[in-house]
Amino acid sequence: MLTYLIKRVLWMIPMLIGISLISFFIMHLAPGDITNNEAAFNPKASEESRQKLRELYNLDKPVIVQYGLWLKRMIQLDFGNSFAGHQKPVFWQTTDKDGNVTKGMIQEALPITLMINILGLIITLLLAIPLGVIAAKHYQGWKDRSITLFNFIGFSIPGFWLSLLLMYWLGVMNNWLPISGLHSLNYDTFDTWGKIKDSISHLIMPVIIPSVTGLAGITLFVKNGMLDVLSQDFITTARAKGLNEHQVVYTHALRNALLPLITIVGLSIPGLIGGSVIAETIFAIPGMGKLFYDAVLMRDFPVVMGVLTIGSALTLLGNLIADVSYAWADPRVRRGVVKG
Amino acid sequence: MLSLCLSACNQPPPTKATKDYAARYPSVAGGTMIGAMTAEPSGLIYMVAGESASAAIASNIFNALLKYNATLDLEGDLAESWTISDDQKTITFKLKPNLTWADGHPLTSADVLFTWKLVIDEKTRSPYASDYQLVKKAETPDAFTFKVSYDQAYAPALDSWSGLQILPAHLLKGQDIHTTAFARKPVGSNYYQLDVWKNGENIQLSRNTKSVLGPAQIDKLITRIIPDNSAQFLELMADNIDTMGLDPIKYSRIIPSRPELQKNLNLYKELGNSYTYMGFNLKHKPFDDIRVRKAINYAIDKQEIIDGVYLGLGINIASPYKPGTRWSNAALSPYPYDAQKAKALLKEAGFIDTNSDGILERDGKPFAFEIITNQNKEREKSAVLIQRRLKDIGIDVKIRAIEWASFISRFIKTGDFDVVVLGWGLGLDPDQYSIWHSSQQAPGQFNFIGYNNPTIDKLLEQGRTELDPDKRMNIYHEFAKVLLEDCPIVYLSAGYGLTAMHKRIQGIVDPIPPAGVGYDSHKWYIPEPLRRNEISAQ
Repeated sequence: MLTYLIKRVLWMIPMLIGISLISFFIMHLAPGDITNNEAAFNPKASEESRQKLRELYNLDKPVIVQYGLWLKRMIQLDFGNSFAGHQKPVFWQTTDKDGNVTKGMIQEALPITLMINILGLIITLLLAIPLGVIAAKHYQGWKDRSITLFNFIGFSIPGFWLSLLLMYWLGVMNNWLPISGLHSLNYDTFDTWGKIKDSISHLIMPVIIPSVTGLAGITLFVKNGMLDVLSQDFITTARAKGLNEHQVVYTHALRNALLPLITIVGLSIPGLIGGSVIAETIFAIPGMGKLFYDAVLMRDFPVVMGVLTIGSALTLLGNLIADVSYAWADPRVRRGVVKG
Repeated sequence: MLSLCLSACNQPPPTKATKDYAARYPSVAGGTMIGAMTAEPSGLIYMVAGESASAAIASNIFNALLKYNATLDLEGDLAESWTISDDQKTITFKLKPNLTWADGHPLTSADVLFTWKLVIDEKTRSPYASDYQLVKKAETPDAFTFKVSYDQAYAPALDSWSGLQILPAHLLKGQDIHTTAFARKPVGSNYYQLDVWKNGENIQLSRNTKSVLGPAQIDKLITRIIPDNSAQFLELMADNIDTMGLDPIKYSRIIPSRPELQKNLNLYKELGNSYTYMGFNLKHKPFDDIRVRKAINYAIDKQEIIDGVYLGLGINIASPYKPGTRWSNAALSPYPYDAQKAKALLKEAGFIDTNSDGILERDGKPFAFEIITNQNKEREKSAVLIQRRLKDIGIDVKIRAIEWASFISRFIKTGDFDVVVLGWGLGLDPDQYSIWHSSQQAPGQFNFIGYNNPTIDKLLEQGRTELDPDKRMNIYHEFAKVLLEDCPIVYLSAGYGLTAMHKRIQGIVDPIPPAGVGYDSHKWYIPEPLRRNEISAQ
């Protein structure tokens, strides 16, 4: 097991270099650079100034040289500074000689996105598993059909539309929840309990809406897994032993049906890290999706590369954890791993 | 879901505690005004940040030497007065006495000199350095005098000194301007100073008690960063923000149809310093032919674009200046819509429909071209209306909308286009040398349509060296006349800037002066009875 882990972790290094190389070149294939942004299309901004900028950012050098410079910094774990964001560090905070701390862009955005998406995933699973089990138990019955209908309505509704509608209903008409943002303006004046309440009220809509619209896939997965398992011989055996239906479904079948979910959760890791541009824009949340999207539009190369590299590293790590948990949960896989 | 929609669509939002917003109250200090912007500034040192979000916040914190008054004439900001030498090459600014920075440190001509040296520094990444590089010598004979000399008279110089925000030398000396923490906790001299900057959430300013221009009335200015326009509007409806920029639909359809919004909001419209145009690539045939350009101009119904795309919230223009200002030549009128004249001009230029397919041909080649624009809904819609009108007179037009960075580097820079629909946002100085002068055609420069007219070149050169405002005005009136006649671009419209402002904000200059609704905002005030309950302020 340990050798397997070490091997997998070591494999991540060439993988990451490959990913970064491809991303770097694809990014530079897109026309334009930071000096073409909208602010620079101002008759007061001269082409000479823009040329000077290009030289200062090394954008006038061949792409392969730029990649070399980037890789050299990367090896020292230096993700560089943003072109567009007043030279803010891309990844982690820096401290200048006067003791002023400048936080890194990813350092600020990643925790917010992770928190929202992990909460969202938990809610999705908490809803999807019971719904999937009920649908499988009552396969083709009215319960199954209404769950399917509910799921597909949720799946078909555009998230941004539902968000705006709920923002209007809950925020404008009834003043039950804040409309956008992460904190109230006077957040700092609240006591701890007030702060928690304030954060929760701001998170309800951004967390729940994507969960509801994302429910369909996982419910269907659980349902089909359950149906598969329920038709297998060991369930027939369990029933023949005279176990009651509750024990058959929840003790014997469910545990087996949930195994594929580990893979699903593993696959959703890039989404957990990447965030959603649309949701973050609508709810005014300064997360990873918005950070990455703006950086691409501005051709802010250090930020784009930083997000991609950290995103891929975390994704590879997440996949590794998913595989290990799979081995832990399923003895058949575990034995295969040990042999391999 | 359905019931949710029904209830959401039918019930008006509950009105908050009844406050008499229609009443007039005397001016009083205090209160908080909350605004919103879609993008966060990268930093508050405008010369390196460069974007409009930065300018919007930084202009509350810093001063320049000069500023524009209500009627858009220059007056002193930090400067008390200025004199221009007889040869028009030297400008001497006299600073107001007893200026201080918000931290109590005196503000002197040394700060001005420092700022100038900073903006022209080789290592400073400023897109706006070129105006200041023309200064050959800058001196500070004493703490209140700042003197700049140019090689030759440069008329836009005064305007340029209204655009350079003066930075404190004592805090920035020896710092790297690009990484300094000062950009996120600045010390300025204007009405407000930075209190808190919550990354990605909001920027809070509070009154600067040492302001060089005297105190402002409103205590705190908070700007929330809300990237989505619809979300901003919901916040406005819920009375969580006091002001936002509107689009034509919200201005002329949504707000007027909701009495509860009308009760709380004042709406303002003002002409901006920008316009939308259709530009020909003059190096491509047949756009080198003035008859073709004129024919297309006559064939486009500009009023239709203003009504259809901007819901009537724009005007027709005939010169590249804001109508109503001294630089705009009121004697000029736009090309009217006249399809017959357009057809006659095309016939004269040799375009005839020889194979009766509805499309004109010349030398056996059909008259077809592509309009490109960036992904901007209003420009795309304008292009569609143009497409239809040009089809009427037998021109086959295709439209392509392209993402901004690709648009600039693939098409504009390389000159690889026939016709563009774009807009110009201009400063207050009339100099448009960089847009129209024939020397400004290199890749990346702004005369990308390839305009080359010796008369225009000469007028632009004269306008740059004439500092007398009246003589200068005549030059630019003549310039606009020649430009209109020569028709290198078709002026489509100048749109109104639209603003909603909560009625609790009082003291706004009415009627709106040429300088805009934001003019004299330090005199705005919020009467105590109309203030938000600060505790529940979201």
